[in-house]
Amino acid sequence: MMKKLTIPEEEHMLSGHTACLGCGATIAMRYVLKALGKNTILSIPACCWAVIPGVYPHRTLDVPLLYTAFEVTGAAISGIREALDAMGKEDVNVVGFAGDGGTADIGLQALSAAMERGHNVFYIMYDNEAYMNTGIQRSGSTPMGAWTTTTPGGKKRMYKWEPKKNVAEIMVAHNIPYVATATIAYPEDMIAKLKRAKEIKGPKFFQILSPCPTGWRHPPDKTVEISRLAVQTNMFPLYEVINGKYKISIKPKNPKPVKEYLRLQGRFRHLTEDEIEMIQKNVDENWKALLKKERCSQEE
Amino acid sequence: MKAILTGNEAAAWGARLSRPKVIAAYPITPQTSIIETIAAFIANGEMDARYIRVESEHSAMAACIAAQNTGVRTYTATSAHGLALMHEVLMWASGARLPIVMSVVNRAMAPPWSVWTDQLDTMAERDSGWIQVYTQNNQEVLDSIIMSYKIAEKHNILLPTMVIEDAFILSHTSEGVDIPEQKKVDDFLGEYEPAFKLDPDEPAGFGSLIMPEGPYMEFRYKMALAMEDARSEIRKVVEEYNQVFGREYAPFVEEYKTEDADAVMVVIGTIGSTAKDVVDRMREKGKKVGVARVRYFRPFPAEELRKIAKGAKMIGVVDRSYSFGPGADLFAETKSVLYGHADIPVKNYVMGLGGRDITPRIIEKVFDDMLSVAKDGVVDKEVEWVGLQGDERWS
Repeated sequence: MMKKLTIPEEEHMLSGHTACLGCGATIAMRYVLKALGKNTILSIPACCWAVIPGVYPHRTLDVPLLYTAFEVTGAAISGIREALDAMGKEDVNVVGFAGDGGTADIGLQALSAAMERGHNVFYIMYDNEAYMNTGIQRSGSTPMGAWTTTTPGGKKRMYKWEPKKNVAEIMVAHNIPYVATATIAYPEDMIAKLKRAKEIKGPKFFQILSPCPTGWRHPPDKTVEISRLAVQTNMFPLYEVINGKYKISIKPKNPKPVKEYLRLQGRFRHLTEDEIEMIQKNVDENWKALLKKERCSQEE
Repeated sequence: MKAILTGNEAAAWGARLSRPKVIAAYPITPQTSIIETIAAFIANGEMDARYIRVESEHSAMAACIAAQNTGVRTYTATSAHGLALMHEVLMWASGARLPIVMSVVNRAMAPPWSVWTDQLDTMAERDSGWIQVYTQNNQEVLDSIIMSYKIAEKHNILLPTMVIEDAFILSHTSEGVDIPEQKKVDDFLGEYEPAFKLDPDEPAGFGSLIMPEGPYMEFRYKMALAMEDARSEIRKVVEEYNQVFGREYAPFVEEYKTEDADAVMVVIGTIGSTAKDVVDRMREKGKKVGVARVRYFRPFPAEELRKIAKGAKMIGVVDRSYSFGPGADLFAETKSVLYGHADIPVKNYVMGLGGRDITPRIIEKVFDDMLSVAKDGVVDKEVEWVGLQGDERWS
C-alpha cells in the first residue's frame, strides 16, 4: 500500500521565479506556503528571496508580501501581527522569511526581541549558510571548513574555521513554545512541523537547511541529495523543541560519514583528511549533545 | 480641558487623541516621558492601542512601518541617537508612502555626550522624505500631532511626519495646555483609511526589486510632488484646525512685527518665543526688528520667506545646529530661496548648541549686530558663532 501523501496540493508559489537552478530556498518557500495556506502575510528582508519573487511588477507569490530592510524581520513581523490583532484579524499567519545572514547576523537583535516579546508569529530562517544574494560571503551560519568569497583560502588557508552559529539553540534559550529544524529533502517532516506549529499561539522558529548550488558549488540536480545527506550524516539533525522538550525527528541508524556530504560540494574540496576528521568530530559531539538534550528534557 | 503639561505629556496627549492602533517605542532621554505617559494611558484603559516595547529605535520605526502597511495608524517618538539609528528606515517609511507620525525631541549628537537641545538630529534627516514641523510651546506640540495625521494621511500626500520639540525647554517644562475634546478630534481626523495594505484577500507585494528602467525615478518624483502638494494641504488643515479648536497658527512661518522691520530674525523652535519678547523691548527703543519663526522645514517655506525678505533690509538666520556646509541648514536654505528674489544681506548666527542657553541678552546683541548689517548693507562675516566660551562679544 502506498504511504498517504501529506504534501498539500494547493500552490501559492506560482511559476516564473528568478532563483538559480536547483535553489533549495525556493523549494523551502513552496512547502512553507503549502503548509500554511493562503491566509498568510510574508515579510522578507534583503536576501535571495528579496529577488526571487521577480522584478516589479511581477510576483511569483500569491500571498501579500512586505519587503523590508535587512535587519528588521523580527520587528516587521511584530508590527504586522499587532496591527492585524488590533483589527481583529487574529487568524492570519504572519511569517518572517529570512536568510541566515539576516537571521544569525544582522537581524539577530530584532529577532531575539520579537521572540522574547512573544508575538504570535512564524520566523523562518532559510539557511543557505552564507550571504548568497550578495555573492557567497561568510555568515555566522557558514559551516566549519567552508570556502566563501570572504574566506577564500589562499596561501594562508583562510577558510571559515569557526563552528556554525547554532541559531535554533539560541531560539530555544528564549523559551519560546516552538523551535524546529527542517530541510527540503524531507518535505513531509517539514509540512507536519509547520502544521503542528500553526496550532501553537506564540513565537515559532524554523531553521530550514536550503542547499545553494551556486554558493555550495554543487550541480543543481544534487540539491535534494545533499539536503538528505546533511541529515543522514548528522551534519544537520532534524528535531523540534516544543515548550522546551526536544524530539529528534530522524535518528539515522548508521550515520554516514560527513565526508560523503562534504565531497559533493566544491566549497569543501580543499579540505585535508585531518580537517575532515576535525569536522566529523565536531558533528559527532553536536549529535551526542542533542541526544542528551532530548533525553534530559523528556525526563520529568 | 485645561491642564498643566510638559511638552512630552502634551505629545502623549496628541498621540492619545489621534487614536493610533499600534505604538512601537524605545526609550531615550529626553523622549522617555512621552512613551511612559502613553504606557500609563494604555495601562489604565484610557487609550486602546497595541504597544510594542521594541529593543531599539531601528526596530521601533521598522515595526511602525510594518504595522502602518498592514492598515493601521501608528505613532512613535525618539531623539538624537535614536533618530540617527532610524536613518535607514526613515527613508523606508517615506519611500513606502506610509503616513507615520513621530515625535522627535531635539537633542545634541555625541560625542561628547549631551542630552540637551540642539537641532542637528532632525536637520540631518532633512533629506529623508519626512515632513518636518518644529514647535514653540507645549500647546503647539499637542496640536501639531493631530494636524500632522490629517495632513500626512491625505492620499495625495502619504508622507510621514516628524513633530519636533526642543529638549527640556519644551519636553520637561510645564505650561498650561488646552486638551481638545476627544469627540471633536475624532470628527476632525476621521477613521484612518489606508491607501493600500497587506491583505490576504488582495495579495500584493510592497517594496520589491526594481530595475533602472522601472519606475524608481517616477516614485521619487511622485514623492517630490507630494511634498509640494503638502503645502496646500498644510494650509487647509491648519486653517480648519484654527477654526474648530480656536487656535491662531500660521501655516508655515509665524511672523512677529516683520511688516516694517529693517532686520528680520529667521528662527526655528523655541528660540522664537525668546526672540519675540526681545523684539517688544527693542521696539520700545525704536529699533525696527522682527521675527519670522519657521514652523515647517519640510516642505521648506520658500514663498513665505521671500515675501518677508521683500520689506526687510537684512535677514539674520539663527541656527541651533551646524551642518559643515555653507553655514547651517536653516541659513543655507533661506539664502538659497532668497537668491534672485531679494538682494539683501543674509547672515547666519549659530548658537545654543548642546543646549547652551540662549538668553534675551544674547538675542538683543544679535539684533543689534543685524541692525548694523542692515545699515551698512554688507555682511562682514557670513557665519557667526555666537556665545563661544571666552568670546566677550556676546556675553
